[in-house]
Amino acid sequence: MKQGIFTIVEVVSLTSNVFKMVLQGDTSAITAPGQFVEIRIPGLFLRRPISVCDVSPKDLTLIFKVVGEGTKVMACLRPGTELDLLTGLGNGYDLSLSGESPLLLGGGVGVPPMYALCKALLAQGKKPSVILGFNTRDEIFYEEDFRSLGVPVTVTTVDGSYGTKGFVTDAMDLPYTYFYTCGPLPMLRAIKNAAATSGQLSLEERMGCGFGACMGCSIQTANGPRRVCKDGPVFHKEEVLL
Amino acid sequence: MNTQVTLCGIPLSNPVIPASGTFGFGAEFAQLYDINCLGTFSFKGTTREPRFGNPTPRIAEIPGGMLNAVGLQNPGIDHVISQELPRMKEYFRKPVMANVSGFSIEDYVEVCRKLDDQDQVGWLEVNISCPNVHGGGMSFGTDPKSAASVTRAVKEVTSKPVIVKLTPNVTDIAAMAKACEDAGADGISLINTVLGMRLDLNRRKPLLANTTGGMSGPALFPLAVRMVYQVYEAVSIPIVGMGGVSSARDVVELMMAGATAVEVGAANLVNPYASKEIVEQLPQVMEQYHIETLTEIIGGAHHG
Repeated sequence: MKQGIFTIVEVVSLTSNVFKMVLQGDTSAITAPGQFVEIRIPGLFLRRPISVCDVSPKDLTLIFKVVGEGTKVMACLRPGTELDLLTGLGNGYDLSLSGESPLLLGGGVGVPPMYALCKALLAQGKKPSVILGFNTRDEIFYEEDFRSLGVPVTVTTVDGSYGTKGFVTDAMDLPYTYFYTCGPLPMLRAIKNAAATSGQLSLEERMGCGFGACMGCSIQTANGPRRVCKDGPVFHKEEVLL
Repeated sequence: MNTQVTLCGIPLSNPVIPASGTFGFGAEFAQLYDINCLGTFSFKGTTREPRFGNPTPRIAEIPGGMLNAVGLQNPGIDHVISQELPRMKEYFRKPVMANVSGFSIEDYVEVCRKLDDQDQVGWLEVNISCPNVHGGGMSFGTDPKSAASVTRAVKEVTSKPVIVKLTPNVTDIAAMAKACEDAGADGISLINTVLGMRLDLNRRKPLLANTTGGMSGPALFPLAVRMVYQVYEAVSIPIVGMGGVSSARDVVELMMAGATAVEVGAANLVNPYASKEIVEQLPQVMEQYHIETLTEIIGGAHHG
């Protein structure tokens, strides 16, 4: 974990309520895809945890949905604004278990961490496939970005307005060696039950500190109480009780 | 300039103490900086048995602070003694403050008895003020007779200084403090969090799974100053002040109101370096207010 000042390079909307923010600063504490940052937001007390979508040595990309006060303020911030970030939080995905052809499943704002993960797996010579799930056509983002990586991408929409009609689990009938996922709880539950292999799931929880001090985000697991912020947010399929 | 104070007979290099529940057992912070720069810290509230605490969500934002309803999640006293304290030796060399909670007088007695043998522990901070558990905790801290009973029972099984941690959710804080002093308490710490609540308008339900939670953060600071001021008038034992402290200036203000030492809580959660920065700011703030020795300002607002 590292505390540092980052400068906003751009804030753009991807859909009516999903935004992409690129920040410049020291990203050296970020060591694995699936980790998150905690952002101090002007005028608010608690930091807000946001997963990392992409990272380079000098900048990072965050994608967030406006769901409350904090994300509303974030969406209105302008390039040039300086923000206080804690970076390198959480464990991130363990790539060593992926096998040759892992399956990546992202749902809604669970899609962003799949992007950095996909790039990292490709860099290791793996052949990932991607399934992106959304409610409807207007909510889709990052499909082209994934396609540009040269991986097979399936998009599902619940209402069938684009791609495969249904949930991400309706598109899982392809061969894969392992799975990685992030998304809403009902989706994680469905994937855990439907998956043919072992895998890792990233959980979301309201947090106090984001670095393991306050016990604000604890969950019960097969191995006892765990902090989503410090012991997670990524947990093995066998460990989570969903 | 001299930042040293003495709390119940034990010297502190400075009066800054991270508050229980915001600092774990210190390990997460020891990875960031040498926590021996602190006066001491109060470790996570420990109970007789391990506790998972409340369901999530446990945390919510409020203007100028936060709400929490963690519910005393801790690994239990036996684990703390066998695992956490030996591990703590590797990164903290000073006497630590042990925060103790319970659901019956027997619970408090049992935990304090076990801690009495632990050389690393300097003080017992007896929490009779947790608003987030049911059938214990705060119920001892809202009735002077119950507070006195816990204090007396704990004093019988320990030779360590007993600091009773009070809740602000009472009508007469001075009467609570006096009852503890009369029962043998060596010090008083206050304030614990203030009972509060937020709603999720979309769901039309409480934001916290526990319905209510404890408010903390800078919004509470004036309440802390007022209560420390009132308790100082009522008792002659040392006071550990806390509630929304976020700067060295706040430390000086609480000391002038009557505190001998000051705990820093919610600030640690939004800025992991908060307590260290407050320690570092102290000499500068002392200079600004022409303070040579910190002990000379304790209760200074009451004199003359």
